[in-house]
Amino acid sequence: MDFLTQPFPWYIGGPLIGLTIPLLLIFVGQSLGISSSFRHVCAACNIGDVSFFKYDWKTTGAWNLAFVLGITIGGFLAGNVWMNPEPIDISASTISALQDLGFSDFSGFVPDELFSWSSLSSPTNLAILIIGGFLVGFGTRYAGGCTSGHAISGLSDLQFASLIAVVGFFIGGLLMTHVLYPIIFGS
Amino acid sequence: MNFSKLLKSLIFGIFFGLVLVKSEVISWFRIQEMFRFDSFHMYGIIGSAIVVGIISIQLIKRLGIKDMDGNPIRIAPKDASQVKRYLIGGATFGLGWGLIGACPGPLFALLGSGLTVMLIPIVAAILGTYTYGVLRDKLPH
Repeated sequence: MDFLTQPFPWYIGGPLIGLTIPLLLIFVGQSLGISSSFRHVCAACNIGDVSFFKYDWKTTGAWNLAFVLGITIGGFLAGNVWMNPEPIDISASTISALQDLGFSDFSGFVPDELFSWSSLSSPTNLAILIIGGFLVGFGTRYAGGCTSGHAISGLSDLQFASLIAVVGFFIGGLLMTHVLYPIIFGS
Repeated sequence: MNFSKLLKSLIFGIFFGLVLVKSEVISWFRIQEMFRFDSFHMYGIIGSAIVVGIISIQLIKRLGIKDMDGNPIRIAPKDASQVKRYLIGGATFGLGWGLIGACPGPLFALLGSGLTVMLIPIVAAILGTYTYGVLRDKLPH
């Protein structure tokens, strides 16, 4: 189990992520995708009369909700039982760019000054988490998939639609990082 | 959906979540590096995942591999003529991905790792999906 307490380099982690595609196709009969879970939750709650959420989520979505529950358990195991011993080796230029924006905590998976319950006393931080999550949920369903459904699963199936979606992902991400971050976090 | 498939989905999910954390995909900093082109790490992850995915899907298609129930494996094609949907929807997601540094899979893995504050963006994402469902007919696709 030694390798489980070390971080995986990209050439181990990437192929293992890719391997999930045939595992799900063959053993569950489903295509890898995660953002659909948000839709299944809406369908299960069945609030209001929205045709987009009128379907039998137990037949089409239960596997996906089990998969997402698994991801959460996997996160618990890797984050607590087999955690990486050292802080993540972030490139110096990213660290310096983030320091210029006022970030100072580089020890965990996320900067503590933005992602902790105590940081939410700042209305800006609370708004960032809510707006960011909202855009993720709205945008993935609008585009019909997220990083797993389009970038990994869709591109693996050589789908042109997924390539357009991934271009969109990067337009949004680059705009946020290079144009909006200095406005949001710059003082 | 029978119990056995749910159990398999759960086990593959645990595997997937473990790999997301161990390969640091869930790191907000790794996503920042990616959008700043400061590290190869995320590009290597996504690129090698796609290579394994392409090979697997080609093998499945060419060898006519069937799933556990004996059904032919079909992957639903996405309608590439809906360019607006993929570009606008994709860019909307990209803005959120850049802002919170996590896409849906990492949101759940981070929650599991102990960052309970991730419940806020997860609930917000469900509300975002609900809003899309309500507005869908009014949006360009």
